[in-house]
Amino acid sequence: MSKQFCTFVLDRLLFGIEVEKVQEVIRYQEMTPVLTAPDSIAGLMNLRGQIVTAVDLRRRMGLPKNEEGGLPMNVVICTSEGAVSLLVDRIGEVVETEPETFESLPDSVRGEVRQTTTGVYKLEHGLLHVLNLGATLDGIVTSGGSPRTMAAA
Amino acid sequence: MYGHANNVLQCAAWQNEIMPRVEPSEKIMDGMDEIFIEFLNEANEVLDKFDRDMVELENDPSSRALLDQIFRGIHTIKGTSGVLGLDKLVSISHCGENLLSKMREGEILLTPDLTTVLLTMSDALRQILGCIAQSGTEGDGEFSALVESITAATEGRKAKRATARKPRKTAARKKSSVGSDAAAKNTAPPAATMVAEPAPDPVPAAKPKRKQESPAGEIKTQSEPPAESQVSSIRVDVGLLDKLMNLVGELVLARNQIMQFTTADNGTAMSAAVQRLNLITAELQRGVMKTRMQPIGTIWNKLPRLLRDVARGCGKDVELNMDGAETELDRTILEAIKDPLTHIIRNAVDHGIEPPAVRVQGGKNPAGLLTLKAYHEGGKVNIEISDDGAGINTEAVKQKAIERNLVSPAEAQRLSERELYNLLFQPGFSTAKEVTNISGRGVGMDVVKSNISKIGGTIDLQSTPGHGTTLKIKIPLTLAIVPALIVTSASNRFAISQVNLVELVRLEGAAALSAIEFIHNSPFYRLRGTLLPIVYLDRQLTGFDDRGGSHRDVITIVVLQADDRLFGLVVDEVKDSEEIVVKPLGNLLKEQKCFAGATIMGDGRVALILDVMGLAHKAEVLGEQRSRTNSTAVQKAEVKAQLDEWLLVKAGRKHHLAIPLARVDRLEEMATSRLEWSGSQLVVQYRGEIVPVISVAETLGFSVGQELPPVVAVVVVSWKGRRFGLLVEKISDVVQAQITIDKARQSQYLKGSAVIDKRVVDVLDIDGIIANTCSMVEELETAVGQGGR
Repeated sequence: MSKQFCTFVLDRLLFGIEVEKVQEVIRYQEMTPVLTAPDSIAGLMNLRGQIVTAVDLRRRMGLPKNEEGGLPMNVVICTSEGAVSLLVDRIGEVVETEPETFESLPDSVRGEVRQTTTGVYKLEHGLLHVLNLGATLDGIVTSGGSPRTMAAA
Repeated sequence: MYGHANNVLQCAAWQNEIMPRVEPSEKIMDGMDEIFIEFLNEANEVLDKFDRDMVELENDPSSRALLDQIFRGIHTIKGTSGVLGLDKLVSISHCGENLLSKMREGEILLTPDLTTVLLTMSDALRQILGCIAQSGTEGDGEFSALVESITAATEGRKAKRATARKPRKTAARKKSSVGSDAAAKNTAPPAATMVAEPAPDPVPAAKPKRKQESPAGEIKTQSEPPAESQVSSIRVDVGLLDKLMNLVGELVLARNQIMQFTTADNGTAMSAAVQRLNLITAELQRGVMKTRMQPIGTIWNKLPRLLRDVARGCGKDVELNMDGAETELDRTILEAIKDPLTHIIRNAVDHGIEPPAVRVQGGKNPAGLLTLKAYHEGGKVNIEISDDGAGINTEAVKQKAIERNLVSPAEAQRLSERELYNLLFQPGFSTAKEVTNISGRGVGMDVVKSNISKIGGTIDLQSTPGHGTTLKIKIPLTLAIVPALIVTSASNRFAISQVNLVELVRLEGAAALSAIEFIHNSPFYRLRGTLLPIVYLDRQLTGFDDRGGSHRDVITIVVLQADDRLFGLVVDEVKDSEEIVVKPLGNLLKEQKCFAGATIMGDGRVALILDVMGLAHKAEVLGEQRSRTNSTAVQKAEVKAQLDEWLLVKAGRKHHLAIPLARVDRLEEMATSRLEWSGSQLVVQYRGEIVPVISVAETLGFSVGQELPPVVAVVVVSWKGRRFGLLVEKISDVVQAQITIDKARQSQYLKGSAVIDKRVVDVLDIDGIIANTCSMVEELETAVGQGGR
């Protein structure tokens, strides 16, 4: 069974989320920062009257700041607890994948990426990282206080 | 017609607000009426279901579940009618119940004839209900033939009259599938046939004509006109109401946004349309809020039973007295106070009320009395729970507090009564000598308090040893849309619920430089002589401590109340007060204790709502240690609090007036252009209401016909559930003082004069001054009621 992924680019890496989990993709919106929240929370935005929490995926994955400039895009995901937006560098196409091309993360891959990625699809032109949505979002809550709140204590 | 009906409704609503207290006897009648109406609605629903089930049962006679349902329905009607003393209903439903119970036992099998008899019974019951709705009596209908036929069926005989009637009825019912007029005219059963069809699809083609009428209950009204008048309420899914509420919230936001645009561009047609939108939105908001309101009686109803169980459990005898069950609250709040209320009542019975023997010794009635009272006051709901028990043993509380290391023995002796009572709300505190299965495990009052604080409420305890204890709970009417103060800090906007707001202090220039003093590292401000702990909002949020740069040119302190403690929150700027729609924060942010939610501002951006309790905890201004080291300061504050607080204002050129601060809802400064005339009454649009404004200077005859300055101060007060604005020239100060009023200058509007801060001031009689304008207010309301359509 082939699967469709909505793809996006983060730090020149191609990531994918199952298409059915994506509610919509929108341009960057003004955010209200939540100063006490963990660093990976980019802020709150108003999505047609709904308040949506935006996650800075680069920070969440421990990737460096985007040096290329340009505003990130919002990939709005529906979760059981409402919508969450993921901030990504660029949006890619919807990609069809074949199960044979999937491989879980090799042991040699370390760091935060292990938690947030389930594996890769070997596409013709490169690797598609499959985002582990559950772990990515759960990690934010469980990782607790950000460096900023620590400083306050 | 439509508009007229609305006016009547509105006037009625106002009248309610203006005359809040009804004579007790009338109230009981009201209560009874309510019970009757509820019973009628319920009974009609039960009967409709009865008809449907009956017909379904005919198709599936072996269904035990259906039969049980039918039986329960009739049993319910019988039971409630019995309680309400409706003898006819009782006797008929009793017969039916007998028959049904035989059927449940399998002694009698359902035949079409039997179905008819039972359905005829349902019609008869409905007819009586109709009479009750119309005339308040069961009517003089004669049902002995019906009773006879039911009894006969029960006994397995054939009753002559009943059999005589049966064939015709059955024929009509059988014919129903043909859709003849005769069948359509027949009473409810055919209607039920239709409704009972589980799926609409298999209905034969001949039916549709009647099918249209039946589900809406038209047939019922056709055959029994009296029933029509009962359908004044419908049941609505709570989810739908919540959705409506959200939509109205959105509308309020959209309205706020549009209002912002139009202030910049003052096209007259546009601003007129916006004005209308504004009014309609406000009214819609009020209307939808009202749909979510439920009388507090809905949760009180469960208390008599609870009380009985608890009282029996501890061998006591307690009577329950409830007053104000019709007081309405938003259902989310109602939900939130259910558990605390249960807890308080358990406590009152278990700890408060003494065993009968002890009561008799003390010269009291052996049965204890528990009184629940609910009423609206100043935009909030007050709930009082009082018992006539032993009261609180302050010595026991002190002992316990020392035992638990909450205070030192020396401190315990200095504690004021109020502080002592506050100890009861500390976690792990219980004065019960032994733990019973009802209460006394030491969890309880602290949970009660935190639950009530969570919804922005406060709880206060008063007790007289030997005479009982009264708990007073104050809670807001609703949580969904709340008035809030918008402040900025760390270049962000934040909303603070007005519930927590006490006052605003603004310090400029030299005052700002020296105002904040330090005890070691903790900042304080001297607010009228009392040390007020200071919290810098930006530092709490960013965690960045810039003590060196804490000297600001202007310091704005928002004085907030968290629990029963005050603290000052330093913000960059106070923007505005606004009605905000509270939205929850997502799951990712649930750990953020400083924020209670978020809201969307007029410009479409999101602003966070500060959680005052959470913030206070984070800043440790409520912390255990801090509060104890501060206890002397707190004590002083207590002493101060016992003095009266007075708001000093200037009216006219030189007149200084004092208004008891307790009576003041809010202080507002507004542009004189906001004041409008309605008839001969000066009014202002304030939070979606039209608030009459009374010029104090003019009423007192200081300055008749004088031109108003461009900005005026308005003291907003509540009087009999309505807001009024008192127009003054300037608000001077708030002082605490014990004053003696010299009645020499007493008049219709003044209580007299007194000396406050070495100055002679006149003490305003708020009731007097408002009562005098009240006749004008009534006129105004009628005018608005007509003009608003």
